[in-house]
Amino acid sequence: MTEAATSVPRYVATTQTPDRAPPSSVKGPIAWMRDNLFATWTDTILTLVALYLVYLLVDGIVNWGLLHAVWTGNDGTACSIKGAGACWPFISAKMGQFMYGSYPEALRWRVNLTYLLAIAGLAPLMIPPVPGKLWAALYLIFVFPVIAVILLSGGVLGFAPVQTSLWGGLMVTLVVASAGIAGAFPLGIILALGRRSQMPAVRLISVTIIEFVRGVPLITVLFMASVMLPLFLPGNITIDKLVRALVMVAVFAAAYLAEVIRGGLQAIPKGQFEAADALGLTYWQAMGLIILPQALKLVIPGIVNTFIALFKDTSLVLIIGIFDLLGAVQSAMTDSKWLSPSTPTTGYVFAGFVFWAFCFAMSRYSLVIERRLAAGGQRTAAK
Amino acid sequence: MAVETQTGPVVGTKSNGILPSALYRPEVRSVIYQIALVLILGFAAWWVINNIQDNLRRQNIASGFGFLDRRSGFDIAQHLIEYSSASTYGRAFLVGLLNTLLVAVLGIVFATIIGFLVGIARLSHNWLIAKLATAYVEVLRNMPLLLQLFFWYFAVLKSLPAPRQSLSLGAGAYLNVRGLYLPGPLPQPGFDWVLGAFIVGILASIGLSIYAKRLQRETGRQLPVFLPSLLLIIGLPLVVFVLLGAPMAFEYPQLRGFNFNGGVVILPELMALVVGLSLYTASFIAETVRSGLMGVPKGQTEAADALGLSRGQSLRLVIIPQAMRIIIPPLTSQYLNLTKNSSLAVAIGYPDFVSVFTGTVLNQTGQAVEVILITMGVFLTISLATSFGMNWFNKRMALVER
Repeated sequence: MTEAATSVPRYVATTQTPDRAPPSSVKGPIAWMRDNLFATWTDTILTLVALYLVYLLVDGIVNWGLLHAVWTGNDGTACSIKGAGACWPFISAKMGQFMYGSYPEALRWRVNLTYLLAIAGLAPLMIPPVPGKLWAALYLIFVFPVIAVILLSGGVLGFAPVQTSLWGGLMVTLVVASAGIAGAFPLGIILALGRRSQMPAVRLISVTIIEFVRGVPLITVLFMASVMLPLFLPGNITIDKLVRALVMVAVFAAAYLAEVIRGGLQAIPKGQFEAADALGLTYWQAMGLIILPQALKLVIPGIVNTFIALFKDTSLVLIIGIFDLLGAVQSAMTDSKWLSPSTPTTGYVFAGFVFWAFCFAMSRYSLVIERRLAAGGQRTAAK
Repeated sequence: MAVETQTGPVVGTKSNGILPSALYRPEVRSVIYQIALVLILGFAAWWVINNIQDNLRRQNIASGFGFLDRRSGFDIAQHLIEYSSASTYGRAFLVGLLNTLLVAVLGIVFATIIGFLVGIARLSHNWLIAKLATAYVEVLRNMPLLLQLFFWYFAVLKSLPAPRQSLSLGAGAYLNVRGLYLPGPLPQPGFDWVLGAFIVGILASIGLSIYAKRLQRETGRQLPVFLPSLLLIIGLPLVVFVLLGAPMAFEYPQLRGFNFNGGVVILPELMALVVGLSLYTASFIAETVRSGLMGVPKGQTEAADALGLSRGQSLRLVIIPQAMRIIIPPLTSQYLNLTKNSSLAVAIGYPDFVSVFTGTVLNQTGQAVEVILITMGVFLTISLATSFGMNWFNKRMALVER
């Protein structure tokens, strides 16, 4: 036995031969390129055209933003040389205006403190593992708005008052967007519930408001806020222009949000309503405890989309003379000190990037939340 | 039944000492709520109307729609119908409305074409094309439209050379800071025949497609439709055109002094608006198209493959007709959005309806209430008309259940 075991014929392999690498036509970068870039003749042509496009884009962006860009200078003459790319010193010189508008420089810490307080409230809500969500929500809904108004506009507790006409830049964009979201959300829920109400008068009023607001462009609504609303009130009452714009932006977003939420309400099975009734819950209990939590969860993507649209729409307030980020960039461009052929493009690219970063972050965040919430409803596949 | 015995007259007469028990009945309560709501709203409306009358009297502003017949006294840079500063406000309203419709139609056409191309490209098997299309959508969709309009107008079109250094695009077309100058067509006598041939071509190709459909239904034989139709619609007028000795002259734009004369001018404002609106809306349409195409079950693609249809055929005959049912409702709202967004023209100075009427006319007359009411009325009408039209189209495309 031992004899036989030791004298294995030499043609019998004693070790496993290592697997050979798959041929390059099946796996690896070459195969991937053949499958995804050069599968057919038309594909090859398309790829080549697209490659050329990418080359043009990258080449243009790198040349304009880096290689030929102007990095230092004190005024527009530095950027006026022939073939100059981006005028970056314009951005750094005007950064304060882009961020805070004409908010007094000595008081800008108040805006920064408001940002910090907002982040302190939002962080526990937005990052799933952080505890204290209830407290953070209560703080954001009841405490933070009061502190923010006191800090930003001043006039009480020894804070020097700052007129809203001095506010500007990214700060106004964020104020309009967050106040718009805060106002639009409850109003949208009420309108959505009203549209599905059993009471004909409530339903009619809700439908009229929703369809009317959705049928007209935001500009006309803002025009209405700036020229028509003052006529609505007795002559001795005036409302701040920014506040009027805020209210209108919130109402506008609420109408769109109401339709999104209605979609969610319609997707809740009738049994849920009946079960709530059977438990003896009142209308508001049934809605608040049973229906809305389910309905809102269903339409998170739609809600975030509405908020992204609202964030982008805040730029329209510049048409009625409120200087948001885009308005600040637009007015900084007309500064004769910084006049140069590349100033406008540089300004728009900067503003565009800031808006893009906010909106893109919101859409990615909504994807994450959507997946998290969907995880509960998914069954893991049987193994 | 059980409920009825409880809420019968016996319970109705009983009182718990605080409230008559009728108040505990949901139907009674709902009526009370509704009456209260209507009363509150009615009071608010009465208060607002009172304030408006008060304010108007104090500021000496006339009311009523009589101002529409008064002389406007301002010029409009682009008018599709006869207009001068001697025309009425009513006429200015029409000019603005037509300008808005022009932008909306041009924007819808371009946005649809670009949007469908990008949407299909996002699902391409070609990795590079798919990524490029994704980048397009993610970049344009996440930036405010107003910013994009400003970019196209102030950064791109306003930095074009002055008329004397115009960029020549060939064929007598020039591009400069004042706009795009194209040769203006001047039809010569006999051109009517060419137009006639064009109409005949369209009618003939419609007839051909009806005949081909019937033939296929009855015998299963397929007739080529696309190429003959193309030949009929384009080739027939072309042949007539050449046979008649090319009865068409062109008026070329000429540089005179500091500007071009003659030809057709496309204002830079119009260009910026159409380019900005189409590219922005196209990114949304692309997403609509992508979700529509992905909404068609995979089995349909596999079935089309199994039948031996080519990729083009399976898209055209199997996938797109089904995807259209998913696409049309959101597409309608995109068209409406584009039309409503065209009001941003006011920011770059294109004389659209909002800029002419809600801007200039309102400033001159001061009749804010009437002007804003008319503005909103117009947009509501456009919205409702578009939804009706698209609903009709949607019904035609909808699944016919047998």
